[in-house]
Amino acid sequence: MNFEFSEDQLLIRDQARHFLGQESTAAVVRSILDTPEPYHQPLWQQIVELGWTAMAIPESYGGLGLGYLELCVVAEELGRALAPVPFSSSVYLATEAIKSWGSEQQKQHYLPKLAAGELIGTLASSEGQGLMEVQATVAENTLQGVKLPVPDGDVADFAVVIARDSSGDTGLYLADLEGAGVQRRVLNSMDPSRSQAQLNFTKTPVERLGGCGDGTVALAELLDKAAVLFAFEQIGGSQAAMDMGISYTRERYAFGRPVASFQAIKHKFADMFVALELARANAYYGAWALSCDAPDLPLAAATARVSATDAYYQITRENIQAHGGMGFTWEFDCHLYYRRAQLLSGVIGSQPQWKEAVASRLLSAA
Amino acid sequence: MDFEDTPEQAQFRADVIAWLDANARRRTDNLLRGMEGEDAFREAKEWYAKKAAAGFACLTWPKEYGGAGLTPLHDVIWSQEVAKYETRDSQFVIGIGNCGPAIMHFAEEAAKLELLPRMASAEDVWCQLFSEPGAGSDVAGLRTRAERQGDNWILNGQKIWTSGAQHSDYGVVLTRTDPTVSKYRGLTMFMIDMRQSGVEVRPIMQMDGGQHFNEVFFNDAVVPDNFRLGDVGGGWTGALTVLMSERLAISGVQPTGFPQFLDLVKSLELNGQAIANDPLVRERLATWYSQYAGLQAANKRMLTAVAKGGVAGAEASLGKLVGAVMNQEIANFACQLFGQAGIIQEEGISPEQAHFQKTVLFAPGVRLAGGTDEVMRNILAEQVLGLPQEPRADKGMAFQDIPSGKS
Repeated sequence: MNFEFSEDQLLIRDQARHFLGQESTAAVVRSILDTPEPYHQPLWQQIVELGWTAMAIPESYGGLGLGYLELCVVAEELGRALAPVPFSSSVYLATEAIKSWGSEQQKQHYLPKLAAGELIGTLASSEGQGLMEVQATVAENTLQGVKLPVPDGDVADFAVVIARDSSGDTGLYLADLEGAGVQRRVLNSMDPSRSQAQLNFTKTPVERLGGCGDGTVALAELLDKAAVLFAFEQIGGSQAAMDMGISYTRERYAFGRPVASFQAIKHKFADMFVALELARANAYYGAWALSCDAPDLPLAAATARVSATDAYYQITRENIQAHGGMGFTWEFDCHLYYRRAQLLSGVIGSQPQWKEAVASRLLSAA
Repeated sequence: MDFEDTPEQAQFRADVIAWLDANARRRTDNLLRGMEGEDAFREAKEWYAKKAAAGFACLTWPKEYGGAGLTPLHDVIWSQEVAKYETRDSQFVIGIGNCGPAIMHFAEEAAKLELLPRMASAEDVWCQLFSEPGAGSDVAGLRTRAERQGDNWILNGQKIWTSGAQHSDYGVVLTRTDPTVSKYRGLTMFMIDMRQSGVEVRPIMQMDGGQHFNEVFFNDAVVPDNFRLGDVGGGWTGALTVLMSERLAISGVQPTGFPQFLDLVKSLELNGQAIANDPLVRERLATWYSQYAGLQAANKRMLTAVAKGGVAGAEASLGKLVGAVMNQEIANFACQLFGQAGIIQEEGISPEQAHFQKTVLFAPGVRLAGGTDEVMRNILAEQVLGLPQEPRADKGMAFQDIPSGKS
């Protein structure tokens, strides 16, 4: 038994940490947070050049042919650095959808361009408040409907869209967002360091994603994989927020001693550590299940997701508290993590939905 | 990442399964029955003797000390498989898990060769004597005196919360040998023969009515100097070894209550409806499962570190902290589900033979034993996260000058 990443994977992680520590600084994150700029283009370009967008794409489609474990360690670092780039939308969602269900022709068209960063893709599934319901329709290869929020929907070149056909069955479709019949509107969100959009489709030409059967089943499979990768982003961010709180409370004095020496504060951090270790352990198990397509991947993925969402919220919430008044200022970075925790807790479905997935998968297991 | 056995490990697992099939009964549910009492003790002694004879005792200990000379991963395989059977495989975890490592580390070779094999086969049963009425979380504040008399030490004082003392042949005891220096420096650790007139064991009646723990009184109890573990005044170092081993030893057997809760959710109907369909039950199930699964996986990570030659750090406190609270919360939630009948504790009426009612009453003890929740949080904060220690009012004082309040 070996429940740790390999030396090579840890090397990738260290390099990613070093690179993002230099290039995805708080100033870079704030340059997107404070301006209408949708994402940080120079950082995105460097990430493409490092090959991260190509990592889990087979070599035959212009990728590096590495596995999900490599992607997991990079995801953790992107999360730690709050990287303001459309990586998750394009890589965990769009690329994975095409890898899983694209026809040969679709794979040959999209994957090399996704690998090379020439295309940015995303997933358009949600249609508003509440749990996901699909009302968008496809008839005669044109799409009708409204999707919101769509992560990176303002900048993506194409979207994988779930919609119903004329007989009411769901399927996944590819929609060119640069083409006719697409109206985009940028939405305000709790985390402006990443962009969200509303997409209105009016007679938008689409093609069905090749080998995809029932769209709801396919979407669930896609989101399970993404859940593991997002969990790594969440634990990366959690660790960074916790480290931030620890270093601040060690340095700040009150009543003649470091704030971190008070048990009320120490116990807060102990609880944060516990939440993070549980989330990390579940994410590792999810990574293993993802890497070998284990039969319990659906349960492992949902568990990793639930655990990581809980941890990131708890840690970013308590990090503000541990900072006292300074934690509530725009100047301090506490809110960057708190905002990102909110974003990531919703992006592929919120906590009640994933908890229900854990319960139903656990109860249906033998 | 890889959970596959090597061919050698797969063979070992097959051997373990074959032996367990021949010597134990497979579990049909997740309940532990008859946790207390003389029958359980006898059954456990027989079980340990049997597995020692078959070479499955103390797998990681050297052979000359009664072990099997195998690796921590063999231990993991054993634990995984034995959990599927009705056995008393963790009955003597305090002796073997806590006292064993300290003896291996500090005792003289002759004592190790004599005592450890008998501990491994449970021919001798051991207990750990640290806590005192006036020294719980602040265990270094203990007052049991050991005074040198020729080649012997004479012990006087009182210990408390000693699991299994009534069945023990030996104990590992922490004593004060010098009250004129600071409290950590005046301690010395010994092995003690519990079968002597200077040692009196009295059971403690717990709040749940059980009698798992004891008070132990020393009245001129005699310990030969060659039973000393470590240096005179070096007892605190030894105690830390024991406490760290304890957290590791119990992290594998820490009850969480989750498997029993899952059994309940899968099987129970109330008012003609399966509780598995109740949204509130499903929400709780998912929350507790995510913690339970996290503990299981965290344990695998810790074992990976151990297998690679690292040591299990204070992270082992995690399992205790999370599991003990979950155990209590689950039991309370289950009893609430039962409605007005939740208060009834009758094996014939209450679901799962009143497991949840019994647990509500026993669970507070789990959160205290082996280090309270609060002590665990201090350990995580100080030893893992590196946060500064709380200022101590007794720092730099000789033990005899430390205020002790009413005692």
